[in-house]
Amino acid sequence: MNTNATTRNKDKPRKNWLVMFIHKMGSPPWFYDFSGKLVPWLWAFFVALTVWGLYLGLVRAPADYLQGESVRIMYLHVPAAWMSMLIYTSMAVMGFIALVWRIRIMEILAMSSAPVGGAFTLIALVSGSLWGRPTWGTYWVWDARLTSELVLLFLYLGVIGLYNAIDEPRKAARAACLLALVGAVNLPIIHYSVKWWNTLHQGSSISITGESSIDPSMLWPLLIMAVAVKFYYGANLLTRARVKLLEQDKRKGWVKGVVTERTS
Amino acid sequence: MSHTPFIWATYSIGAVVLLWCALAPLSRKKAVIRDIRRLNQLEERSGDTDA
Repeated sequence: MNTNATTRNKDKPRKNWLVMFIHKMGSPPWFYDFSGKLVPWLWAFFVALTVWGLYLGLVRAPADYLQGESVRIMYLHVPAAWMSMLIYTSMAVMGFIALVWRIRIMEILAMSSAPVGGAFTLIALVSGSLWGRPTWGTYWVWDARLTSELVLLFLYLGVIGLYNAIDEPRKAARAACLLALVGAVNLPIIHYSVKWWNTLHQGSSISITGESSIDPSMLWPLLIMAVAVKFYYGANLLTRARVKLLEQDKRKGWVKGVVTERTS
Repeated sequence: MSHTPFIWATYSIGAVVLLWCALAPLSRKKAVIRDIRRLNQLEERSGDTDA
C-alpha cells in the first residue's frame, strides 16, 4: 500500500511537468519566448557540426576507389535527401495533429516546415544530378528514385502554393495540411523505389539494424553532417514559426509587448 | 574527367540555398515588425482623436 503511494507520488511531478509543457506549447507568447531562447543554440550546434563534418568529409576522408573524388558530394547529398523525407514526415504528422486537434501552433509548424523541406529536396536533386554526371555519365535519368524525389519537390511546392493562395491563414493551413497528408503516400515509394524497381540509383549503404557497407572514415562525416542538418531544420523551423505567429497575432496584446520591448 | 568542378558546384549551390532559406524569414520578420509598429501608431493616433 505504502509502496503504491510512493510510486504514485514519484510519477505525479513528472506527469504534471509533461502536461504543463504541452499546455504551454499551445500558448503563443510562451512558445515565442521559449523558441527565441532555443534558436541561437540550434544555430550554434549546426555551425559547429557542419564545420567538423565538412573538415572530415572534404579534407580527412579518402577518395572512393570506384567513384574517386566525386564521393565527397555524398556528404551533402545524402543528408539533404534524408532531410527531404524526414521533414515531409514531420510536416504530415504535424498536419494530422493540426487537423484532428485543431492546434494552431501545429498548423504553423507544419506550414513552416514546407519551405525548409523544399530547400533540402532541391539540394538533394541538384547535388545528385552533379554527382550523376561524372559517375553515370548523365545529369538526369527518369529513374524511379529520382522521379519520386522530383514528385516530392512538387508536393512541397504544392503545399506552399496552396497555403499562400488562401487569405485566411487557418483555413489555408488546414487545406495545405490535408494536401501534405495525402502526399505522404509518396514517402514509402521514394524509400522502396530502389527495391521495387530496377533503378540506376544504388540501394542504401547504411543500415540501422545490420552492418553498413561504408567505411568508418566515410561513415562518420556523413553521420555528423546528417545530425548537423537536423539542427538547421530545428533552428529554421522555429525562426519561421515565430515570424508566422507575429504575423497572425499582430493585433494581440502580447505581440504589441514584444514589439515595444524591441523598440525600447 | 576532373571531379573538382562538380564538388565545388554542389557545395556552392547547397550553401546558397541554405543561406537563402535561413535569411528569408529574417527579412520577413523585419517587414512584419514594421507593419505592427505602423498599426500600433495608427491605433494610438485614433485613440488620441477619440479622446
